[in-house]
Amino acid sequence: MAGGAATGGSAAADTYKSARHWLLLPSWLVLVLVVLAPVCMMLIYSFLTKEFRGGVIWEPTLAAYDQFFFDRGLFGDDPPKIEWTYITIFWRSIWQAGLATILSLIIGFPTAYFIATRPERTRALWVFLVTIPYWVNLLIRTVSMKFLLRDQGPMNDFLISTGLIDDPLRIVNTNLAVQLGLFYSYLPFMVLPIYASVERYNFAMSEAAADLYATKWTTLRRIVLPAVKPGVIAGCILVFVPSLGAFLAPDLLGGAKNFMIGSLIEEQFKGNAGNWPFGAAAAMVLLTMVLILLMIFARQQRRAEASP
Amino acid sequence: MSDETQIAVDVRDAVKRYGDFTALQRISLGIRDNEFFTLLGPSGCGKTTLLRMIAGFEDVTEGAIFLYGEEIEDLPPHQRPVNTVFQNYALFPHMTVTENVSFGLEMRGASKADARTRAGEMLELVQLTQFAARKPSQLSGGQQQRVALARALAPSPKVLLLDEPLSALDLKLRKAMQIELKHIQRETGITFIFVTHDQEEALTMSDRIAVMSAGEMQQLGDPRDIYETPRNMFVADFIGDTNLLDVSVEAISDGRATCKLSGGHRLTCDAVDGVNAGAKVHLSVRPERLFLSDQPTAAESLQGTVVENIFIGTDISTIVDVPGGQHFTVRTSNSDRGNKRILDPGTTAYVNMEPGAARLLVD
Repeated sequence: MAGGAATGGSAAADTYKSARHWLLLPSWLVLVLVVLAPVCMMLIYSFLTKEFRGGVIWEPTLAAYDQFFFDRGLFGDDPPKIEWTYITIFWRSIWQAGLATILSLIIGFPTAYFIATRPERTRALWVFLVTIPYWVNLLIRTVSMKFLLRDQGPMNDFLISTGLIDDPLRIVNTNLAVQLGLFYSYLPFMVLPIYASVERYNFAMSEAAADLYATKWTTLRRIVLPAVKPGVIAGCILVFVPSLGAFLAPDLLGGAKNFMIGSLIEEQFKGNAGNWPFGAAAAMVLLTMVLILLMIFARQQRRAEASP
Repeated sequence: MSDETQIAVDVRDAVKRYGDFTALQRISLGIRDNEFFTLLGPSGCGKTTLLRMIAGFEDVTEGAIFLYGEEIEDLPPHQRPVNTVFQNYALFPHMTVTENVSFGLEMRGASKADARTRAGEMLELVQLTQFAARKPSQLSGGQQQRVALARALAPSPKVLLLDEPLSALDLKLRKAMQIELKHIQRETGITFIFVTHDQEEALTMSDRIAVMSAGEMQQLGDPRDIYETPRNMFVADFIGDTNLLDVSVEAISDGRATCKLSGGHRLTCDAVDGVNAGAKVHLSVRPERLFLSDQPTAAESLQGTVVENIFIGTDISTIVDVPGGQHFTVRTSNSDRGNKRILDPGTTAYVNMEPGAARLLVD
């Protein structure tokens, strides 16, 4: 009896196992075609020689990476010095993206907490409100932002009319404008995963903490935050990574002096002026950096889990 | 010395309203120091609301709550020296058992070492010492329950509040925990306020029980009082099994009431305050205080027909129809089979009542 049931179970499991491969096929296809293949292509391009009208010549070289990291003078025959131009752009991208992540967390966490603690009927409405900006194209939104922030724009008009300032605040074409653009573009990516984890949080645990003499602040720090940490981490990654590679906000709001890595890469592939291998090399450096950051983070996470 | 020192929790005219809905209607009760006190009632009766008001999770719409003479209803939960065992335990999943148990102590300012020592003692009390380093998810339901208990007891609260803590356990474990909880209460000398909807649990564990229904307290007394002299229909019906009989009171004299059943039978029982001659009320008779015979025996003997015998392990339950549409449930202990006869369905039987078995109810 029991043996028969076990055999039946394992036969069903076998069927399931073989079906699973076929059922996973579409996912694998998508992953290979739109993730793996383009990345491999970029990796290969980054080691090829540039064609002056865009495109590549199939001759392997390290020129693109050399250009990224080293300065060999105008004619390329000086002894190599470190090329700071692109490293500076990278550094700016990292701190802009990091700042955008921190800002999003500071604003996004209370927002998510607020939504998750509304009565169940109204939560969907709040989530809907958060996603409303996404019904409009990001380009349009970024242009609108530039319009709002510019020297003779509505914001400055308003501030001058209230007498708070005499001269318009010069925000457009500064790092601040880029920061505002990034923060605004990616804030919902912080709110939604945190909301999802706060919503699953068992608020009886907060009551238990209060019952055990913990203040509200201690409860937040010692009980709520550890419980919703996966959502916070997901939110931070979802804001940091696209911010790092963003090009719309830096292009439109930052101008030429506040270049970020995304704009640099975009430039290399746009029109005829570009340098495909160099763009591909910059993209590879960016990818490597993101992967290293995520791996360091994951390792620390695992270490924290392991130690009691 | 004075009454103040005898009373652990004094609830005075407490009212709880949610908008138009009144969850608790003017409850007053004094819970004594060192007592195992139970709030008993069906779901929605307000028992958990009252407990949460004492803990500080619900504010008091009207009235006051005193804890050993100190007014506490405006204090936030973390400033009240009471601890709670939650229905679903609400253990902190990212902390080990020891960390869970020492949390309250650390919050009260104990050093980490002291908190660990005390947590160890508590885990010994609930026999979980070997699980100290585990996370709650690695424990069974019963073990999690014990951790919740140890965590709440660790800071030595003045009063321990327990919100249906055993409801998630299976029957056997629940019975074992009932006895253990009772032991722990005696050992620690802490006042326990226990919320349950399980009348048997309440009778087993409590020093005193407050029976609640629809936001009101129906009766307050020790388990024997509540079981044997229920005050009204609700209490008689909610606690244990009973036969509820429609009667009209014909006369009251010398503290005895003569009641007429719908079938014309007459019974006499103790009169109670609030029931006057001419009233149409209910009588409650516990099934185990009735016995059957094939010949009339006592004065209070009603003739009827056996409908069914139901075997329920320790007892046999016999249903007897009497003229006038009443039926009785009679419980015969299984060990008495030799003395008290079990009658076959369809046969004529006499339902006999022990003296004092019938109890008049205020509706």
